Amino acid sequence: MNSDTTNIVDIRNLSRHFGNKAALRDVTLQIPRGKVFGVVGENGAGKTTLIKHILGLLKAKQGSVSVFGMDPAQQPRRVLSRIGYLSEQPDYPEWMTVTQFTTYMAAFYETWDRRYAAELLDMMNVDPAKKIGELSKGQQARVGLCVAQAHRPELLLLDEPSSGLDPVARNEILSAVIRTVSNEGRSVLLSSHLLDEVERVSDHLVFFGAGNLLLSEPMEAVLSKHHQISVRHAGQLAWQKVPGAFNAIHANGEWQVFGYGEMDASIHGLRGLGAEILEQRLLSLNEAFIARSQSRLPFSEAA
Amino acid sequence: MNLHLAQHSGVPPYLQIVTQIKQLIAAGRLDVDQELLPIRALAEKLLVNPNTVARAYRELEAAGWIYTRRGAGSFVAAGTTPLSTEKSRSQIRERVTSLLAEAEHMNVSTKDLINLIREIDTERTEGK
Repeated sequence: MNSDTTNIVDIRNLSRHFGNKAALRDVTLQIPRGKVFGVVGENGAGKTTLIKHILGLLKAKQGSVSVFGMDPAQQPRRVLSRIGYLSEQPDYPEWMTVTQFTTYMAAFYETWDRRYAAELLDMMNVDPAKKIGELSKGQQARVGLCVAQAHRPELLLLDEPSSGLDPVARNEILSAVIRTVSNEGRSVLLSSHLLDEVERVSDHLVFFGAGNLLLSEPMEAVLSKHHQISVRHAGQLAWQKVPGAFNAIHANGEWQVFGYGEMDASIHGLRGLGAEILEQRLLSLNEAFIARSQSRLPFSEAA
Repeated sequence: MNLHLAQHSGVPPYLQIVTQIKQLIAAGRLDVDQELLPIRALAEKLLVNPNTVARAYRELEAAGWIYTRRGAGSFVAAGTTPLSTEKSRSQIRERVTSLLAEAEHMNVSTKDLINLIREIDTERTEGK
């Protein structure tokens, strides 16, 4: 059975160009069962292109994409029936009522659970008698969350689901993520700019930049390895020599050195350069992301 | 079990859960043998990954604060309270000592520091 495959998603050496622009470059990524994968990166970094390949909306030209052991572009129905999907701007028929819409969507999924769908709408305070066009953006997103979950998908794909939503709606999205992964063997891929939220719910972090998969690591490792060390040093500081250091800012007589790896090793390296250590601390995902984005250096970890 | 996760505290969420459950036990707000919320339920309540809660429970169990019965859930262990109160007091003492030293270094008087603590505490209670 396909459902026995350990990895729900198996992407190998996937590249994609749009005209001259590389949207994805040689990306290899596996998503195992029972995990939340957080995908971050600036706009145009390749997140949505990746998701479109998983959904089979784009066919792999270079490299391969396998979802539940199948090629989503070849067997879209069989793959999509096991995926729940919510995008930033869902395109729903505005003239339908919520009930009409969920009934319509139910026809696409063998595993659709009517009672669960009704429960979800009720829990999120959506009036099923209202027309979709009459609903606020937040309410429409809730309808989207309902149809993304009601067939109890094995993979929930959320592409910037929280953009422009109020905090309550955002929390409901996080609840959906946690509810999905709490059910054995189900996984979530969450692409988001809201790094606090990604940090909270993800088991694993995937960081894209200009089509490259820059980092793919357990969240715990990401949070325990990104660090900032404040040092004092007269004159130039050859921080590039410190293993794992990827960025440094010089201001007000202090250097802020950002690194990835063992913090003690970085401290040792900086002392070796004659720097006086003033402060050291671990970075949040948000801080790590900003420090990374400002860095020109490729990702590498202290050995 | 009323836990509250601070977003930008710099303290990892699992550690916040550990500390707050310890505090609830120490304060007697969780009784001996009382069942903790199941991992999934607490994860959904706090909106964190279930593995984060599982990790917190594992640490609490390893430290003897709770015990787990297979298939039945996690419960508050007996006999941790008095010792742990003493232990947490000594931990707090350590931190206050270093805070006072730092304040002195920055020319902040103890009186100002106490006022600041009161102010922050009020903000916190009002924010809840």
